[in-house]
Amino acid sequence: MNGLEAWMAVLIGVLYACAFYMMLRRSMTKTLIGLILLSNAANLMIFVAARVRVAQPALVPEGLAAPAGAVADPLAQAFILTAIVIGFAVLAFAVVLIHRAHEVLGVDDFDQLREDGE
Amino acid sequence: MSLIVALPFLIPMIAGALSLVFWPSRSMQRWLALAGTVGQLLAAAVLLRTVLADGVQVLTAGGWPAPYGIVLVADTLSAVMVLLTGLTGVATALYSLTTIASRMERNGYYPLMHLLLAGVSGAFLTGDLFNLYVWFEVLLLASFALLAMGQEKAQMAGALKYVVLNLFSSAMFLTALGLLYGLAGTMNMADLALKIPALGEDDRINLVSMLFLLAFSIKAAAFPLFFWLPASYHTPPVAVSALFAGLLTKVGIYSLMRCFTLIFTVDTSWTHGWLAVIAGFSMLAGVIGAVAQQDLRRMLAFLHVGQLGYMLMGLALNTRLALTGAVIYIAHHIIMKSNLFFIAGALYQRHGTYQLDRLGGDWLARPALALLFLVPALAQVGVPPLSGFWAKFVVIKAGVTVAAWPLVLVALVAAVLTLYSIIRIWSEVFWKAAPAGAAVRNQPIPLMIWVVCSTLAFLTVLMGVAIEPVWAVADRAAAELLDPASYIQAVLGDAP
Repeated sequence: MNGLEAWMAVLIGVLYACAFYMMLRRSMTKTLIGLILLSNAANLMIFVAARVRVAQPALVPEGLAAPAGAVADPLAQAFILTAIVIGFAVLAFAVVLIHRAHEVLGVDDFDQLREDGE
Repeated sequence: MSLIVALPFLIPMIAGALSLVFWPSRSMQRWLALAGTVGQLLAAAVLLRTVLADGVQVLTAGGWPAPYGIVLVADTLSAVMVLLTGLTGVATALYSLTTIASRMERNGYYPLMHLLLAGVSGAFLTGDLFNLYVWFEVLLLASFALLAMGQEKAQMAGALKYVVLNLFSSAMFLTALGLLYGLAGTMNMADLALKIPALGEDDRINLVSMLFLLAFSIKAAAFPLFFWLPASYHTPPVAVSALFAGLLTKVGIYSLMRCFTLIFTVDTSWTHGWLAVIAGFSMLAGVIGAVAQQDLRRMLAFLHVGQLGYMLMGLALNTRLALTGAVIYIAHHIIMKSNLFFIAGALYQRHGTYQLDRLGGDWLARPALALLFLVPALAQVGVPPLSGFWAKFVVIKAGVTVAAWPLVLVALVAAVLTLYSIIRIWSEVFWKAAPAGAAVRNQPIPLMIWVVCSTLAFLTVLMGVAIEPVWAVADRAAAELLDPASYIQAVLGDAP
């Protein structure tokens, strides 16, 4: 583990902690912010779990069939790209939903949500 | 290598895309809803036949070989789940044609329905854990939109809880994926099945397995994070409720079955011990919650949670008999539970309410409907000769065989309480006289509702009377789950 990975691990831990704290709030908007932090933390987690390599792109030199030497894992980066796109779409929906809910229900507090909608 | 593995989700995707093309034409969208779901059912039937005849079917997407590319795998369990998806799809489409308001039809109800069916089928068929995450998100987005459609107050409140808890579960799933990838360096399920057990007993694997358990049990609405289900299932139109009740939680159950028979198989006293705890509490929490409800659909939703416990019990016991029971239970439950929601919708047509205290008198006014309700209701309790009897009998017998007495006791108690809930629904809705002053809309129940409900009820009876072929298929699925060699060999070839 190099120093960068250790610092990234700490950062991810802080992000998760902030996300959980925000999600435990009663305010819907703050819960949403918590979800956004959580999805970013998870993406960073995949990034670090696949090992951080500095300046070793997964490129195959001309004339060879495989990269020379160790390279960064491209599969993990593909995962993160996918997860970012999906996370963006889902969170965009959540933002619109919370906005609509606020218009329809007139509250920003989960405790005031009644399941019968009264 | 066969395209048939991809058809069950390609067909609804194409039907959904075509529905978008024909956006202005309501009648075209309705025809597509029918054509797409029937096509999916047929493709699923062919797939199951192929799997039963020729063994596990694999399709490598884009021709990239496993474990690097994404593979689609259909073993017996996947094929059965896809067939049940097709069945629910057709029933929902038929029911939607007569009950969904034209305003919702114009706002894209059918494309979303197709997308949901595609997502569910894709989740059942993929052989790659990250791809499973993608399918989860596909079906979640479709379900979010279907749930919030209509934008009534209760729907908004239900949808908020549903969305927040499911997004949380997705983030946990993603975290677990990242950690697992860091441990094993692969996302291919067959490859993981080789690499994770090779690491031996390791606390890190147990930790990751718990994250998967958390993520999937939220999706499956298992104890203790099941609250989103009774908070949301009673709010959308009844066709959507039935579709959700039939399929959404089963994706969670299926994922649990896949992960905890294929990947996390080393320290089973830890992983399956937790599964047993969750199963027991789900059974109890579901039925006890149901007893206290006043809304018919909320009662059904709580009973749903209780029923999920039995499937998890089958998985937790992890013997061939228990897994056979779990598969039979899933098949029984999908047919029975969507039917109960459909019939609740028929009652709504008549009364305009789901409140138990404002319903009543239907035994005299609508005896045929009452009898139709009795079939899935008694099947849910487990009365022979209906399908639920075999489902409960096999799961509980598997518990007795391995002397898992606490689980068996809980399962029996929960069955009795289920009976109590069903009796309560029966006496409130059908047996007691109609309450004075209750407004009866008395709209005629459309023929299509009768057709859908009685066909599903017929299947419930048929499954109970002729359990032999169902048993054979379920037993085969269980055998494949316990000995994944054929699955791994089909995906990775003979290389390892």
